[in-house]
Amino acid sequence: MGLNIVEKILLSHSAKKQLEDFVYAKVDFVFSNDITGPLAVQEFEKAGFPKVFNRNKISFVCDHFTPARDLKTANNVKLLKNFSSKYGIVNFFDIDKCGIEHTFLPEQGFFKPGDLIIGADSHTCTHGALGVASFGVGSTDLAAAIYSGKCWFKVPEVIKFIYKGKLNKWVSAKDLILYTISDIGVDGAIYQVMEFSGPVISKMNMDGRFTMCNMGVEAGAKAAIIEPDQETFNFLKTTPLLKGKINKSSFPKLCSDKDAKYCRVIEYDVSKIEPFVSAPHLPSNGKPVTKFKGVKVDQVVIGSCTNGRLSDLEVAAKILKGKKVKSNVRTIIFPGSYKVYRQALDKGFIQIFIDSGCMVSPPTCGPCLGGHMGILAEGEVAVATTNRNFIGRMGSPKSFVYLSSPAVAAATAVKGQITHPNNIK
Amino acid sequence: MIITAKVHKFGDDINTDDIIAAKYLDSQDPEFLGSKCMENIDSSFSSRVSKGDVIVGGRNFGCGSSREHAPWAIKGLGISFVIAESFARIFYRNCINIGLPILVCKDASKIENGQTVNVDIDKGIIEVLETGDKYYCDKFPDFVKEIVNKGGLINWLKKGV
Repeated sequence: MGLNIVEKILLSHSAKKQLEDFVYAKVDFVFSNDITGPLAVQEFEKAGFPKVFNRNKISFVCDHFTPARDLKTANNVKLLKNFSSKYGIVNFFDIDKCGIEHTFLPEQGFFKPGDLIIGADSHTCTHGALGVASFGVGSTDLAAAIYSGKCWFKVPEVIKFIYKGKLNKWVSAKDLILYTISDIGVDGAIYQVMEFSGPVISKMNMDGRFTMCNMGVEAGAKAAIIEPDQETFNFLKTTPLLKGKINKSSFPKLCSDKDAKYCRVIEYDVSKIEPFVSAPHLPSNGKPVTKFKGVKVDQVVIGSCTNGRLSDLEVAAKILKGKKVKSNVRTIIFPGSYKVYRQALDKGFIQIFIDSGCMVSPPTCGPCLGGHMGILAEGEVAVATTNRNFIGRMGSPKSFVYLSSPAVAAATAVKGQITHPNNIK
Repeated sequence: MIITAKVHKFGDDINTDDIIAAKYLDSQDPEFLGSKCMENIDSSFSSRVSKGDVIVGGRNFGCGSSREHAPWAIKGLGISFVIAESFARIFYRNCINIGLPILVCKDASKIENGQTVNVDIDKGIIEVLETGDKYYCDKFPDFVKEIVNKGGLINWLKKGV
């Protein structure tokens, strides 16, 4: 029996010749943020670990409550800064240098196909888009790995998703993943890996692939993964850390064997999928956008680790160009990183947003998790390109979040109610 | 070890934002986190819990974010263990890693709010005192059991893998 791509990566990082149910594997990179990092540091110090495994392979990205919301959150950033300085950790990033971890780290070139990485954030599954086995963990896992450079894993089963057919206008990666989660449910891939494949994925750009993999965890997945190809390679070539250092032969071909074992194979004809929206309070509550006609909104949020990349802002700008957002609809754009922000500025998107009445925020996770920079009051309704719409996720336990693509969110901002982008002339 | 405890029942897909809202994640203090546990979905929950009580959930308990603050909040509140039909993956490993006992029981939904249960943790048997019904829990895989027996990941690591 052949191996799938995740099994191959796990095996190559373990000391065993054959995979068993559990592996204790070496990790190539570990990272954390200003929420999970301080708890990891507390556990690390409580344990009395004397050193870190490799000062170049550990990163703290301050993105959740930054720019610091208040004194407590400022102190948490300082705690990570002091810890990094004490142990010589090179990759400490304060908000002035980075962006959202899942946008910033890959665009810098920290990850490459075949790597095994862990992050103390559930959306660590994003990086599977590069052919990386990328697993979200907790703070104690992280503390242990900062010391040992290792982590324990149950070897997961893999579900193969095949996307075929022609995409309808305005249907994006976000619509496909909301559709998929709504099909299999929020525990449809629990403990399993979602492998995305098929002609639609082969043609999809990296931004879209990151979006798809990012939301794997919303179906309970341990990880999501896409076989690396020319598109992956073209992306890696643009990253500061890998630029000029890689060529096509740098990575051995990494793909699942033809006879690899999958627990399920699910095929979708994307030509049947319309722009999709997930209603409160689960990402799996999805229906075509037209089913939500007349739902009025108080806030629109475009950005996050799910949809804060350049192509996301591009599609929003295309819809908002020359238009005004509806009065009394707060429209907040938060680019995923400074690189994205700068590119959006160069391409004129930021000007379009400001002229249309949007507020452009610095890169932060802020509003997505109800941290700051866009909290909902009781009774308020938002359309957001983020990843979760749980009760109270974006503020009041009596507020309501609908998840959508950037195109639907931008169209909704113009009309003040949930709108199919086709209806913006 | 057998524990007798009162049940606080929750449904399917209880997520980590339910268990501890993100606005409190600037704290690493289990007791404070415990005082805010389940606030978004049941604002008086923490005041009704007595030390040693158990939480019984449905499917996919602990889904959502990786915040270890969630199991710490449950532990900080004095909950002795969590029983559910299934657990979300990161929550499951966080519980194992920090030494919060959890039990996977396919019949969890048959246990009712306010009932008292006798739980034999070693044998994985839950007995409902009011009805005498007995339910059986999944056994931990050996690898996980070893971490549990050492009291969590840090001890397991320090005792030499």
